[in-house]
Amino acid sequence: MAFVSSGYNPEKPMENRITDIGPKHFEQFYPPVIKANKGKWAYHEVLQAGVLKHVAESGDEVYTVRVGGARLMSVTHIREICEIADKHCDGYVRWTTRNNVEFMVDAEAKVKPLIDDLESRKFAGGSYKFPVGGTGAGITNIVHTQGWIHCHTPATDASGPVKAAMDVLFDDFKSMRLPAHLRVSLACCLNMCGAVHCSDIAILGYHRKPPMLDHEYLDKMCEIPLAVAACPTAAIRPTKVEIGDKKLNSVAVKQERCMFCGNCYTMCPSMPLADTEGDGIVIMAGGKVSNRISYPKFSKVVVAFLPNEVPRWESTTDCIKNMVEAYAAGANKYERFGEWAERIGWERFFDVTGLEFTHHLIDDFRDPAYYTWRQTSQFKF
Amino acid sequence: MAKHETPLLDQLESGPWPSFVSDIKQEAENRAKNANNVEFQVKQDVCEDILGVLELSYKHGRTHWKHGGIVGVFGYGGGVIGRYCDQPEMFPGVAHFHTIRVNQPAGKFYNTEWLRNLCDLWEFRGSGITNMHGSTGDIVFLGTVTEQLEEIFFELTHKHGQDLGGSGSNLRTPSDCIGEARCEYACYDTQALCHFLTNEYQDELHRPAFPYKFKFKFDGCPNCCVASIARSDMSFIGTWRDDIRIDQDAVAAYVGGEYPPNAGAHKDGNWGAFDIQKEVIDLCPTGCMKYEGGKLEINDKECTRCMHCINVMPRALKKGLDTGVSILVGAKAPILDGAQMGSLLVPFVKVEEPYEEITEVIEAIWDWWMEEGKNRERLGELIKRQGFQAMLDAVGIDPVPQHVKEPRSNPYIFWKEDEVPGGWQRDVNEFRKYHQR
Ligand code: HEM
Ligand code: HEM
Ligand code: HEM
Ligand code: SF4
Ligand code: SF4
Ligand code: SF4
Ligand code: SF4
Repeated sequence: MAFVSSGYNPEKPMENRITDIGPKHFEQFYPPVIKANKGKWAYHEVLQAGVLKHVAESGDEVYTVRVGGARLMSVTHIREICEIADKHCDGYVRWTTRNNVEFMVDAEAKVKPLIDDLESRKFAGGSYKFPVGGTGAGITNIVHTQGWIHCHTPATDASGPVKAAMDVLFDDFKSMRLPAHLRVSLACCLNMCGAVHCSDIAILGYHRKPPMLDHEYLDKMCEIPLAVAACPTAAIRPTKVEIGDKKLNSVAVKQERCMFCGNCYTMCPSMPLADTEGDGIVIMAGGKVSNRISYPKFSKVVVAFLPNEVPRWESTTDCIKNMVEAYAAGANKYERFGEWAERIGWERFFDVTGLEFTHHLIDDFRDPAYYTWRQTSQFKF
Repeated sequence: MAKHETPLLDQLESGPWPSFVSDIKQEAENRAKNANNVEFQVKQDVCEDILGVLELSYKHGRTHWKHGGIVGVFGYGGGVIGRYCDQPEMFPGVAHFHTIRVNQPAGKFYNTEWLRNLCDLWEFRGSGITNMHGSTGDIVFLGTVTEQLEEIFFELTHKHGQDLGGSGSNLRTPSDCIGEARCEYACYDTQALCHFLTNEYQDELHRPAFPYKFKFKFDGCPNCCVASIARSDMSFIGTWRDDIRIDQDAVAAYVGGEYPPNAGAHKDGNWGAFDIQKEVIDLCPTGCMKYEGGKLEINDKECTRCMHCINVMPRALKKGLDTGVSILVGAKAPILDGAQMGSLLVPFVKVEEPYEEITEVIEAIWDWWMEEGKNRERLGELIKRQGFQAMLDAVGIDPVPQHVKEPRSNPYIFWKEDEVPGGWQRDVNEFRKYHQR
């Protein structure tokens, strides 16, 4: 493995340095039919799950075939996407805001050969490489995060639970039978890198034990005031500790005030808190970002804890499947998950889903918590 | 024979959804074969070690990445996320495993030549594993060693004319919905605005100068396909201020069942025949629609442009022609003081090159936040701490009822001294002349 230089000269690092050129211009990557009709689309139709047709004022048509993507993908897989795009789409392809892949063709006759090709491709283990779906009133890809593959603060994995959940929800990726589209997201800690706080159903990694304190190293590795300021509940204070005959600056954590958010660890490497039994999953529900009919909504915590069950997270996927079915059975056409829960009342939501209501679900964070309690005599038995 | 046993991960190869495990395994095999004789610059078995360390995390239920990692390229203060494995002897292939954020083109359209160039570079100088894409929008190159960072950056900029994305306390990589490129709802060219502002603020993106991170996102209409209202400190949402265009013949075609409601998005459910009263008129949040005698009417003055009727009947109803954007500010995830969605700041502004009306708002907000924001305080939190009014003041925008969902209910109202006749400097002895102790 010999080092091969790119031409960069480490002796003169600032020589020949190019900076601030930004991304490539988008227009060079538009398929011709997109370029020609940009801003002049007349209408669209979902022909079947995963297949869209857009018609331009000029009469031009573009057919889009959307396929699921694992998001985490190899260059081998991307090259296979390129091969398909070359074969069917004149070398153009795009990704969606939910990490699906879209292949576009400019004539209806080209759609079926493309779909047949996509659906015929499988990995050695048997899973589809390019399942067609993810449109309309169904379940599309799960927006997710790094998990144990790359991040230092997760309380669960990302790629694993997402694969497990999409396997269970696969039929709804491939069909459009629900009252409205249903977005699922996952974040492996409550930094929520992604869309967990605004999704119909969300999976969130959570800890349940306060951080451990690496007193010997803490003052050397961390800026103590930053760790103190990192705590939303002010559970951390600076202190001195004696280790052997040494007096060291460190922090103390008031354990009964800590709600295990992990933000102090983000700021201070000497406060790790990950734990095999302690860590697991919180399920949230009822969020949305679109302004359609009702305002955008935050998702609400509906299950306070499910364990990390490697490798397939059965309790989590069962819980989600159960919620999807209750929604499919109870909601009106066009009604998003959160609109449905609010219409029937959250007490009825717990009824029909059979989810247990525990004290963890009652908000107790600062002043706004009051507004989530019930200041009315209106409720259902 | 694989380098590490992965009995837990192997179970994620079955089932219909594309398996990331199968994919990483195929990359591991391809690197082992190395059919193209690539002079790999990181360990040939890096993918085996990725699976190995992940399997160990599955066994322990805990991550095996050390905290943090500060690496990068000269001239920039971000763009690379450093990572080191906490079991480097067991998994030397991922002892260093840094992530590089590569700024994606607006709309995430690609041609295959370009993608192949990136793949060749990343196979040669990295792990060959990516995220397509990070949730902020970047192409994410997942896993390389420190010595390769400058080499990769040199090749990206010199050979491919491509820059890094953002990380740290700065402007992060902006991203957008597909917009006018393939959506009839788009009220402005999201790609053009996204690309323009990304280039306009390259310095702010590459060199952290802010109290904390800051994100832009661009949605072409209130459907919010890039979720700007929830995922960006400054959210640009397309809208219009004239009338929804109604094609009565097309309305009749919907009522007659020739056109599928909602463009066919509910095709696989049993919802019965389309009922315009039930599915559109009665669901309009403002009740501003009427369908009588075969004619659809909208009282546009009362319409809040929620998109519902347009979404249900895209062939009959079109957005207005006087289009622009609303700007909302402050969205953030929960840390520290709770999640926020964007709050409406500018109800309407035209989107016209050179976008001066928009950059003025951005820069006024930055001036205020860079001056007043505390260390690691997101814009949304500064607005909460100092008040929405302080922001309006700083940015020079007059308050309007559209700024609130409802007026305050507590009467703890601040007045500025100069708003009150006589000011605040008073003499208690003067008061006592008329009011005995
Ligand atoms: C061993 C030393 C450390 C290294 C190498 C390191 C490096 C990193 C890196 C590369 C990230 C991801 C950044 C991103 O997503 O943009 C991160 C997250 C973070 N670390 Fe550490 N860190 C270390 C210790 C610390 C310390 C001492 C602090 C505080 C003084 C700190 C504060 C943070 C913060 C604030 C974030 C979140 C950044 C953001 O997303 O805006 N870290 N760390
Ligand atoms: C500690 C190390 C961290 C790592 C490794 C990390 C990793 C990432 C990555 C890879 C992305 C996608 C980036 C892209 O597409 O360019 C991301 C986005 C995001 N991060 Fe982090 N992150 C870290 C810390 C944090 C912290 C401290 C917060 C908040 C307090 C945070 C909140 C977010 C949010 C909200 C997004 C998504 C925003 C969007 O939807 O555009 N992250 N993070
Ligand atoms: C011409 C019509 C539309 C086009 C071309 C379009 C395009 C897209 C695309 C390509 C995505 C990524 C999809 C994926 O990967 O699954 C998306 C996501 C999304 N769309 Fe649309 N869309 C349209 C209409 C709508 C409508 C009618 C709504 C809502 C009522 C909507 C709300 C959303 C939302 C909420 C997301 C996901 C954002 C997120 O949670 O990350 N879109 N849209
Ligand atoms: S959600 Fe948390 S654990 Fe997951 S990638 Fe983001 S910061 Fe890391
Ligand atoms: S984990 Fe969160 S709540 Fe607990 S001490 Fe750390 S910052 Fe505070
Ligand atoms: S946000 Fe609106 S304009 Fe943009 S893709 Fe979605 S529906 Fe179309
Ligand atoms: S856009 Fe929404 S508010 Fe306006 S008329 Fe249509 S349904 Fe009513």
